[in-house]
Amino acid sequence: MRLVHWIAALPCIIMLAGVVLHNKVFPLLLWLPFPLGWIALWIVMTSVVMAFVYSIDKNNKTETGDNAR
Amino acid sequence: MIISLIFLALAALVALGLGVCARSGHKMDLEEWTVGNRGFGFFLVFLLLAGEIYTTFTFLGGAGYSYGFGAPVYYILAYSSVAYVIGYFMLPHIWRYAANHHLVSQPDFFAHKYDSKILGVIVAVVGVLALIPYLVLQLTGLGIIVSAASFGAIPDWVAVFLGAGIMIIYVIVSGIRGSAWTAIVKDAMVLTVVVFLGIWLPFHLYGGVDKMFLAINNAKPNFLTFPAHGKSVWWFVSTVILTSFGFFMWPHTTVSVLTAKNGRVFRKNAIVLPLYQLILLFVILVGFAAVLKVPGLKGHDIDLALFKIVIATLPPWVVGIVGAAGILTALVPGSMITMAASTLIARNIYGACSNKISDSQIVLLAKCLVPVILMFAVYLTLSGDSTVVTLLLVGYSFVTQLFPPLIGSLMKNRFTTKEGAMAGIIGGVAVASWLTFSHQSVGKLLPFLPSQIQDFNVGIIALTVNIVLLIAVSAVTRRPVTAAMVD
Repeated sequence: MRLVHWIAALPCIIMLAGVVLHNKVFPLLLWLPFPLGWIALWIVMTSVVMAFVYSIDKNNKTETGDNAR
Repeated sequence: MIISLIFLALAALVALGLGVCARSGHKMDLEEWTVGNRGFGFFLVFLLLAGEIYTTFTFLGGAGYSYGFGAPVYYILAYSSVAYVIGYFMLPHIWRYAANHHLVSQPDFFAHKYDSKILGVIVAVVGVLALIPYLVLQLTGLGIIVSAASFGAIPDWVAVFLGAGIMIIYVIVSGIRGSAWTAIVKDAMVLTVVVFLGIWLPFHLYGGVDKMFLAINNAKPNFLTFPAHGKSVWWFVSTVILTSFGFFMWPHTTVSVLTAKNGRVFRKNAIVLPLYQLILLFVILVGFAAVLKVPGLKGHDIDLALFKIVIATLPPWVVGIVGAAGILTALVPGSMITMAASTLIARNIYGACSNKISDSQIVLLAKCLVPVILMFAVYLTLSGDSTVVTLLLVGYSFVTQLFPPLIGSLMKNRFTTKEGAMAGIIGGVAVASWLTFSHQSVGKLLPFLPSQIQDFNVGIIALTVNIVLLIAVSAVTRRPVTAAMVD
C-alpha cells in the first residue's frame, strides 16, 4: 500500500478503535453518548483527512484526474 | 388533515414534473438513458451518490432502529464514511475502465474484465435478486409514510400503487437524469425536515440533546452503549467493515458511478460525502427522542417511531411536509433501483444470451420491463411483510459477494480467474442465503472461537468462503493474462 492509503485508513481505524476501547455513555462527547459522539467526530476528521489526501495525491494533478500508471 | 394531503400530492407532482422536464435537450439512447452519456460533474454525481443514502430505510429505519435497539444503530452512521474512503481509491479505476470500453452496467464490467459472458450473467442475476427486496422495502416504506401522514385517509395499498405508477412514468420518460434532478428537491426537503426534527424534538421534549440522553440513560441503563454479547462492539466493527465493502456493489450505485465525467469527481466526493451523511445523526436523534415519549412500539411497528412522535408533538401541516419528504425518499431511490433492475435483465441477462439485439431494442425492452418489475414488487409488498427485513439482509449479503472478485480484477498483478470469480460468487451467495434464512450466528456455528469473534456479523462467514474459493479455484485455473483484460 502507498502512503496515501495508510493516511486515508487512519481515521477509519481510529473511529472503530475508539468505540471498542471506550464503550461507555460518559463522558458525553458533543452532547452525545461517547461512542456516538466519537463516531460523529471522526466522520468530520475523515473529511478533513480526505481533503489532505486529495491535495497530495498525484493522480489529481493530471487534467482528467486519471490514475497515473 | 386536508393540508397534509395537499403536501403529499404536491410532492408526488413535483417528482413527476421534474422527471419529465429533465429529459429536454437529451436524445434518449442507451448510454444517455442509463448513464447520462457520462457527462455528470461533481455536483450531479454528488446528488446521485448522496441521494442513495437517504432512502426510506434510513428515514424510517434509522429512527426506528435507534428507537427499538439503541446503540447498535450507531453503525449506520459509521459505515458509509468508511465506504467513501474505499471509494476514493476504487471508483476512479472502475470508472476509467468502463468509460474506455463503453460499459453501462456492473455486469458489463465483470464480463469485460474477466472476459466471460457467463460471469456477466451471474453478476446480473445476483444484482436483480438483491435489488427486488430493496425495491419492495421502498414501496413498503412509501405505504407506511402516506398512510401515517394522511392520518389513515389514504390506505397504504393505494399509496403503494400510486407510488409505483409515478415511478413507472418518470423512469420510462427521463431515465437517470430525472432521478438526479428530483434528488435535489428530495435532499433539500429531507435535510430541512430531519435537521429540524433532530434538534427541535430533543429541545422541546427534554430541554436539550444532552438532557435527552441523560433521561434515556436513567430510564434505560445500557441502552446507549453496545451490549457485552450479541450486538457487541465486535458486531459493530465487523458490520461496519462488511457493509462498507458492499456499499458500492449495489448495481444502481455502480450506475451512479458510471455517470461521472472523470475520475476526480469521486475523489472530491469522498471529501464532502462523509460530512453530508452526518445528517443521519439527526435521524438517530429523532428515534431516541421517541423512546420515552411514544413507548410500546414493537416488532415491525418500530418503523413508525418517527411519524408517531411527529404526530404527537407537531401540527398536521408539519406532518404533511414530513410525509412529502418521506415520499421523495421512496420515489427517487425506487426509480433508480427499478431502472438498474430493468437494464440488468434486458441487457445483461436477455441481451447476453441472444447476440442479435441492438441497443435501441435493449432500451425498448428495458422500458417495457419497468412496469413488470414494479408490479411484481407491488405484489410482493402487499402479499407479505414479515420477510422484508430478512430479504434486505439477503440483498446486502448478496451484493457484498461481488467485492472480492472486483478487487481481484483491479489488482495490477492479478491472479484471479473467471472460474475463481464464479466459484467465489456462487459459493458466497449460497452460504449467505443459507445463513440468513436459517438465522445462524458465528457463535452457533463455531462455538469454540473466542467470544469476540462469536459476535462477528454472520456475513463474514459467507465472505470468507467466497475469498477462499476465489483464491483456490483461481490458483488451479490460472493462465497467462491477455492484454485486453489488463488494460
